[in-house]
Amino acid sequence: MKSCYINGIGCVSAQNTTRESASFKDFQELTENVVSAHKPNYKTFIKPAMIRRMANGVKMGVVASSLAMNEAGIDLPQAIITGTGMGCLIDSDKFLKNLIDNKEEYLTPTSFIQSTHNTVGAQIALGLECKAYNVTYVHAATSFESSLIDGMLMLTEEVDNVLVGGVDELGPYTTELHKLIDHVKDEDSLSEGILASKSKGAIFSEGAQFFVLENEKKKNTYAELRALTIINTPTENELKHKLLLFLRENNLEIQDIDLLICGNNGDVEFDSFYLNLQRSIFKNTQQVFYKHLCGEYNTVSAFGMYTACQLMRSQTVPDILKLNNVKVESIRNILLYNQYRGENHSFTLLSL
Amino acid sequence: MEELKLELKEKIIENLNLEDVELSEIADDEPLFGDGLGLDSIDALELIVMLDKDYGIKLSDPKLGKAIFESVEVMAKYIVENRNK
Amino acid sequence: MYKGVAVTGMGIISSIGNTVDENFQSLIERKHGISRIKKIETIHKNSIMVGEIDLSNDELIHFLGLPENNNYSRTALLGEVAAKEAVKNAQISDIDSYKTGLISATSVGGMDMTEKYYYSQFDESKNRKFIECHPAGDSSTKIAKSLGINDFVTTISTACSSSANAIMLGARMIKAGKLDRVIVGGTDCLSKFTINGFKTLMILSESNCKPFDENRTGLNLGEAAAYLVLESDEIVKKENKKVIAHVSGYANTNDAFHQTASSDNGEGATLAMKKALEVANLSPENIDYINAHGTATSNNDKSESKAILRVFGDNIPSLSSTKSYTGHTLAAAAAIEAVYSILSLQKDVIFPNLNYKTAISETGIIPVTEVLKKRSYHVLSNSFGFGGNCSTLIFSKS
Repeated sequence: MKSCYINGIGCVSAQNTTRESASFKDFQELTENVVSAHKPNYKTFIKPAMIRRMANGVKMGVVASSLAMNEAGIDLPQAIITGTGMGCLIDSDKFLKNLIDNKEEYLTPTSFIQSTHNTVGAQIALGLECKAYNVTYVHAATSFESSLIDGMLMLTEEVDNVLVGGVDELGPYTTELHKLIDHVKDEDSLSEGILASKSKGAIFSEGAQFFVLENEKKKNTYAELRALTIINTPTENELKHKLLLFLRENNLEIQDIDLLICGNNGDVEFDSFYLNLQRSIFKNTQQVFYKHLCGEYNTVSAFGMYTACQLMRSQTVPDILKLNNVKVESIRNILLYNQYRGENHSFTLLSL
Repeated sequence: MEELKLELKEKIIENLNLEDVELSEIADDEPLFGDGLGLDSIDALELIVMLDKDYGIKLSDPKLGKAIFESVEVMAKYIVENRNK
Repeated sequence: MYKGVAVTGMGIISSIGNTVDENFQSLIERKHGISRIKKIETIHKNSIMVGEIDLSNDELIHFLGLPENNNYSRTALLGEVAAKEAVKNAQISDIDSYKTGLISATSVGGMDMTEKYYYSQFDESKNRKFIECHPAGDSSTKIAKSLGINDFVTTISTACSSSANAIMLGARMIKAGKLDRVIVGGTDCLSKFTINGFKTLMILSESNCKPFDENRTGLNLGEAAAYLVLESDEIVKKENKKVIAHVSGYANTNDAFHQTASSDNGEGATLAMKKALEVANLSPENIDYINAHGTATSNNDKSESKAILRVFGDNIPSLSSTKSYTGHTLAAAAAIEAVYSILSLQKDVIFPNLNYKTAISETGIIPVTEVLKKRSYHVLSNSFGFGGNCSTLIFSKS
């Protein structure tokens, strides 16, 4: 496989990450159990004629992808690959509610059209008049990773650059449903942060993160995306086994990993997957987490990758992210691990 | 008729989410589709539903919409002649 | 000469049959599956025609041997039936013996259950198990679990071109050596959501759809699932596998014209067909049959016809849309039409475009209207979806 470098990033999240000087120093830990994204001034990125029909997720995606392409110096990507767990929920919820409340009468098409999962990728292509390869992955917590795998394959096969991203938006009806089944964390348990909450569920949030991947290492390259693997439903033993195999395939041992970035979200039922690795084979590795800053959504591992890139570039680890006090001289290899509710696990390797 | 035209302009702005457009900016005879306001085929479908829901006029063929929605003036005339609500 | 990626098995369930053999029989007997809708209560039931599968959810659950307390959406049930047939057809006894993946496609996901229990979820808990089956990826996870696949599982959703992209990704991963074997395809069931959604776009026909006909009035929605098993040349050699066809060409382009309508001159479709031919190392005159997207909407059939004329010029191969049999099965469409394309190669027959009378005046393309005995070597299959997604696959005789 050809090398793959991350040369541009755009991030819309619960933190003010679209600001040019966005820094982890300014980020605040989330204290509510459902948190909307910090919205940029959409009018500076999108023509008014197009904004009017855009779903929230589409607007976030268009902004994040614009930022990524600007940073990488690209006008037209050679492929657009998007991941989303639930698509444009607000419009999907809206169309469904109208359907049921009005007994199938007087329904209008806009929210139906916006609800299709590939709307974000399609709107990005429409805005750029980009006729290139365009696919949307919709596999829960590995939607973003599936997009990355396809992107890396495209770079080896036929293109020089790929725009890859993850988008998910909060939908009010869907959030209420998930509260019924304890997927949303009880807000009362958050007084001392997600890790101390000892309760079921996670903070629900939303966001869009896009990356420009290229074959060429450039002056502004954040990191090399070396490899990634996804495992649907492993047992804890199978997981450990697959991880060691994954590292070996990339000529690495545990001690070569300078930084472990995990998707701990404080869910008392499922964080054990992280804790088991963090307390055993990685106990001497510098560890950080990020979901206390951005919440949980199907493509949130893209925020994890945003975090990894920032840390790789700055070669420092902000206190707000630290899970332990292990220090390393330099950050050359970062391993990201994410899963959601015990399924769709992914390991991603970034190198300097 | 004037009241209906004003009402239509309000509904166009609301239903089609034209948040930046002022009522005064839509001339009675300004083309709504293509040039002018720049609406498209999805907007036409939204307006067809509006005709049914608010004025009781059912259009079975979406292609007829183009002629009826030529301008606010033309729309108002059509509604006056065909409304059931 | 590189032939493409080997197909060693297939499975399908649609309104014209519960297995590959049943579908084939219906195709050659001109038995379509279009009727009034029976299982979903909708105010539109007397003004639309659909391609509905006869089996109820309970019957599917029983057939699959699932426990009574399951949270399968109809999408997942249909998908599992078809995927299991494909794996059996490919004579796979030990799924773990090679690195195996599943790439499935869907647009409806578990919406059929979500819409059923929309408000009742807040009053009673008995149906809350279906909340987790709503997302698109759930059906893929269930199918993968039932087949014992854990190496690589993902889901694609690009509206009506979804399963073409699933097949394409599978082929690319085999070629790149990332997987030895992959089950690829898609599944979608009928739902009130999609019926009403398409109604608002005013593209549903009140009668049986007439693809490529001047007087076509829109599409019939359908439900279906289909999967192919793709295997590497190494496995084929080692296990002495029977290859039923090759995926020799594929392409994905974007029309980038409008959210739901195709461009007048079929730009995206033209690019997709040309690129697929390039990948297959074929010229237009090598194509013996086009299984068209042919939804019978005013927009698609004209746009697709123009694109076909641009690519094939004066030599248009035999062409038909099998949506006249099954309706438009959305994310499953490309997968079921892949099965029909391969059947065409295997059985030397081209399936007719039902309900056709008059050519579209602007383009004059005349589809095949009778069951045609013809030996084909290369079949091209188109699938175009909302969001400008244009995908083309080429299947070649093994």
